[in-house]
Amino acid sequence: MSKSNAKAYWRENIKYLFILLAIWFLVSYGAGILFKDALNEIRLGGFKLGFWFAQQGSIYIFVILIFVYVRLMNKLDKKYGYDGE
Amino acid sequence: MMANSILLLASMDVQTWTYVIVGLTFTIYIGIAIWTRAASTKDFYVAGGGVSPLANGMATAADWMSAASFISMAGIISFAGYDGAVYLMGWTGGYVLLALLLAPYLRKFGKFTVPDFIGDRYYSNTARFVGVICALLVSFTYVAGQMRGVGLVFSRFLEVDINTGVMIGMFIVLFYAVLGGMKGITYTQVAQYCVLIFAFMVPAIFISIQMTGNPIPQLGFGDTLSDGSGTYLLDKLDGLSAELGFSEYTEGSKSMTDVFAITLALMVGTAGLPHVIVRFFTVKRVKDARKSAGLALLLIAILYTTAPAVSVFARTNLIETVSNKPYDSMPEWFKKWELTGLITFTDKNEDGNIQYLADKDKNELVVDNDIMVLANPEIARLPNWVIALVAAGSLAAALSTAAGLLLVISASVSHDLIKKMVNPNISEKGELIAARLSAVVAVGVAAYFGIHPPGFVAATVALAFGLAAASFFPAIILGIFYKRMNKEGAIAGMVVGISSMIFYMLKFKFGWFGGGGKDDWWFGISPEGFGTVAMVLNFIVSIAIMKFTPAPPEDVQEIVENIRIPSGAGEATHH
Repeated sequence: MSKSNAKAYWRENIKYLFILLAIWFLVSYGAGILFKDALNEIRLGGFKLGFWFAQQGSIYIFVILIFVYVRLMNKLDKKYGYDGE
Repeated sequence: MMANSILLLASMDVQTWTYVIVGLTFTIYIGIAIWTRAASTKDFYVAGGGVSPLANGMATAADWMSAASFISMAGIISFAGYDGAVYLMGWTGGYVLLALLLAPYLRKFGKFTVPDFIGDRYYSNTARFVGVICALLVSFTYVAGQMRGVGLVFSRFLEVDINTGVMIGMFIVLFYAVLGGMKGITYTQVAQYCVLIFAFMVPAIFISIQMTGNPIPQLGFGDTLSDGSGTYLLDKLDGLSAELGFSEYTEGSKSMTDVFAITLALMVGTAGLPHVIVRFFTVKRVKDARKSAGLALLLIAILYTTAPAVSVFARTNLIETVSNKPYDSMPEWFKKWELTGLITFTDKNEDGNIQYLADKDKNELVVDNDIMVLANPEIARLPNWVIALVAAGSLAAALSTAAGLLLVISASVSHDLIKKMVNPNISEKGELIAARLSAVVAVGVAAYFGIHPPGFVAATVALAFGLAAASFFPAIILGIFYKRMNKEGAIAGMVVGISSMIFYMLKFKFGWFGGGGKDDWWFGISPEGFGTVAMVLNFIVSIAIMKFTPAPPEDVQEIVENIRIPSGAGEATHH
């Protein structure tokens, strides 16, 4: 594979990482810690929303994030011809 | 006949049940070890490199979830309320970092151990040696905590001496770690995952139905009480806590800065734990490494989202059972746990009732974090077999993690120290013998810590994460994402990172260097959260030193370019 191909692949990979980690930060440090008090004004059944994000929601979103990453990267591998053995 | 045996089963006491279930699970573990014993160093270090993503995901989950996750976490959250989120988010969020930033590239790199990566990427045996020291430091602090868990379970449920308990546990681990290496450990961990998750979920579901009528604990603790009052469980607990003078359960009491710092330290520390990273060397392709990280977190999340529910159930049940109730009317479990010293009651006002209050001067009851999960089924009056199951589950959690750590320790010694530094000409057979011998020695040391737990063990377990955050995480991240990073920068960074972490820990946990209390913490950050600061220091020092020192050689830069591309991963190799 050519060097420019590898560079382009890496750039797109980094872009995905930025987006996914931004979400990672927002749900945990954002919703679960920094904005917890504001979100606690909203209720989800018996849960205060900030508390829910800190003890439940962030974990669900973490799992989803990894699977989205797996999908995105599998597609990216194919696009740049890195999906073979 | 049938009716008779059912009657017999129903009348069996907790101890008999525990012997039966624990004995059964131990037999399975040993059977697997014999069936999958390692024949080569590659089997021993990375299970031959051909583990399927699902099996690897389950093994990783069991490896990862230690006695701390199974026994202590829900209990800690029970007493910390909202603040307990630092563990929930910290230990799972670190997984995202691991999956996105480390696992695929380390798999592509294709070596056996983390110091191996550090040594090759930074073209220096000094770096490798620093890596070995950090790996040993992290793994030993961590493994000592597992031993305490094993001893605790044995002493309470089988009513044997703690020392005997530790010896039994050690013998089992020794047997399958030494015989099976990574291969044996991987498949035993798959079995241990099944045992521990079943053991955690069964009582949680039972209690959730009891308290809220909702069979899904994750939803149950946000549901209304089943007494028909229409009150939400969490509101009731907030009220009860406030009544007794504690801070509201859903609010917590730590400062926001500290919560932030601890969460981050646990996240990056988790991502830097060598025994978890090494699991990703065992799958075939980069693609599988990514997928198995996702599966592992999914399997971990089942326990991690249930734990906060268990905390709420247990806390509510505990308060309702003991608060302002006469001591003489306490159920059997209360007295049994008193014997272990994990529940203590002193009748300060001599009224014969238990006053459980936040006010230290008036409070009469001290309950250890660690018994909340273990005692929970008894507090909720679940059947005896469920109680025994919890004992087997906590042993599975402790043993699986201990085995993973012991493997890191033995690989660090036989592969990184002996093969790579002391005697590069050692034969394959010689290295395998060295690996097994170091596993035996490591088990011996761990058993010693289990039997003679130094007072600082419990305190240092949480800090193992700080140590990993301060040492490995920046070195690996920079090694992958910053081609220009050189050995001078990385070594300086690791040394500064880990020594500042050790300094802070000694100062504020053990009173060295003048000691100090909560008010003296730097930026209001606790020792548990200081890993974050030490990690930032490591990054700064690494980059600053790198600017003044030569770039890494051409072939190393090529290695970096190569690990960024997923194809052609090949198998984990020696050279």
